[in-house]
Amino acid sequence: MEQESFLRKLNKQKVSYLFIALPAALFFVFQLAPVFISFVWSFTRYDVVHAPRFVGLANYKEILFGDPLFWTAIWNTTVYVVGVVPIGICLSLILAVAIDQKIKFKNFFKSIFFLPTVTAIVAVSVIWKWLYAGEKYGLFNYLILKMGFQPIDWLASPTWTLPSIMIMSIWAGVGYNMILFLAGLQTIPQVMYEAAEIDGAGFWKKFFHVTLPLLRPTIVFVTMMSFIFSFQVFEQVYIMTGGMGGIGGVLNSGLTIVAYLYDKGFQKFQMGYASALAYIIFMLIFVLTMINKRLMKSNVEY
Amino acid sequence: MWNTKKADSPGIGIRKDSAVVKTCIYAFLIAGAVTMALPYVWMLVTSIKPLEEIQSYPPTFIVKNPTIEPYTDLFSMVPMGRYLFNSLFVAGSITLFNVFATSLAGYAFAKHKFWGRDKLFFIFLGSLMIPWQVNIIPGFVIVKKLGWLNTYRGLIIPSMAWCAFGIFLNRQFIYSIPDDLIDAARIDGCGEFMIYRKVIFPLIKPVVATLAIFTFLQQWNNFVWPLVITHTSNMRTVPLALAVLTGQFGANFAMVMAGAVVATIPMLIVYLMFQKYIIKGIAMTGLKG
Repeated sequence: MEQESFLRKLNKQKVSYLFIALPAALFFVFQLAPVFISFVWSFTRYDVVHAPRFVGLANYKEILFGDPLFWTAIWNTTVYVVGVVPIGICLSLILAVAIDQKIKFKNFFKSIFFLPTVTAIVAVSVIWKWLYAGEKYGLFNYLILKMGFQPIDWLASPTWTLPSIMIMSIWAGVGYNMILFLAGLQTIPQVMYEAAEIDGAGFWKKFFHVTLPLLRPTIVFVTMMSFIFSFQVFEQVYIMTGGMGGIGGVLNSGLTIVAYLYDKGFQKFQMGYASALAYIIFMLIFVLTMINKRLMKSNVEY
Repeated sequence: MWNTKKADSPGIGIRKDSAVVKTCIYAFLIAGAVTMALPYVWMLVTSIKPLEEIQSYPPTFIVKNPTIEPYTDLFSMVPMGRYLFNSLFVAGSITLFNVFATSLAGYAFAKHKFWGRDKLFFIFLGSLMIPWQVNIIPGFVIVKKLGWLNTYRGLIIPSMAWCAFGIFLNRQFIYSIPDDLIDAARIDGCGEFMIYRKVIFPLIKPVVATLAIFTFLQQWNNFVWPLVITHTSNMRTVPLALAVLTGQFGANFAMVMAGAVVATIPMLIVYLMFQKYIIKGIAMTGLKG
């Protein structure tokens, strides 16, 4: 009797393992193992053709102390993140509050702001590259000229390359965050607003003293996700700055950290060096997330 | 979460008399909508312009002699049909696998007791924090060693491994299904797979649908992996083909824009068909499309 139940238990466990076998196996080979492999490789010189050669901390040393391009990429990425995240979040929050009002064509507005989220970022970048086109062909420059300003060189100028990519990314990301904020707004109980109204609060008072504090969890979540996604910006950079001569644009003015990793790993095939870069990116994202969590932590309960 | 409030309740609420605020809101939303639509309109307009009109100044929104030549060029000068098939096949296979494999695994994680279950689940969860940059270099070398570079296997199988989120989502939902329901089926003589098929799967259909749509969107729009592991034209997926097109035919704006239209339309259809699931899915989980 006891043996039978043990066998049945084992049999039941067998089924469980069977159910998870395939995804678990794939996960271990293509997801988990690579995490350890790239850690080991980050201490080697490896060009895919010859076996990896152990070099100790040389890659990390070179990246941090002997590679100006790495610091260019870090600087560009920082500018990108610091620009895109706050502006994007403010815009999408305002949009969400506006759409949450009693307005007509609610769904139409929601859909149109959401459109870029379902468009491949590659397609978005290609379209915007055309909008940014120089001389007289580009629509943006035509509109700028018409308004009486000097045309801008956009992607052909070192000053404007990064801002061009940033403007586009804000445009592309605003609808996604708006949906998250809209969901957050639905969780705020109506009575809170009614109470504030009885106290004589107007639109802005209600926004700053009811909506914002109660939306805090959503804001924290969206900020963190935006930080992580923006830090890893790649496709936009690849399309808008990548020509025949590599990636990064004029004077590497558009080179971001992940684009730099791609260049090292898959165009120069310095796999060891690229692995070290990957781990630095990983650490930076990790630290950023932690700092974010700490900064956004609130002891106030509502 | 989505429906705790009546659809048209005023939320933060503007007072009935504040017509000024209301006008401002409409102005803001309309300006925003125009900004959102402009690039799409310009893409469509450019894609049906003959060359003379593209080069003429000033640029116009109304096409005098619309032509479908950019589209016929697109399908004759590059194998656009093949690219569409590749994207559909790759994204479709990954989605199909993901939906069934993750719901089955999610069931095991939620309702079975087996040795190592919680540790394993924790590892899956933890992997969500790891950025793809860490996996992609060894991933590429593994695929190369397997001889899968530039093959459908190489495009599909490693992408199936990104299943941690699906397992997590399914587990959470299956966890909330009452055990009594499963026990009743067991007493009726159902095997575990039968329980999954007849009891669990019908109950988690909304989650599965959301997950399927998102996996498909993500995979259709995926760029980095195909970029890294394919090197011949006939293996390219749509976004990669579009990137190459921009490089090769960069001067032929009409054709490139036609390519962008072709890459965008299928996803627009998916969006319009499953709008509700997509919006709900994002609101629920913060899934990225």
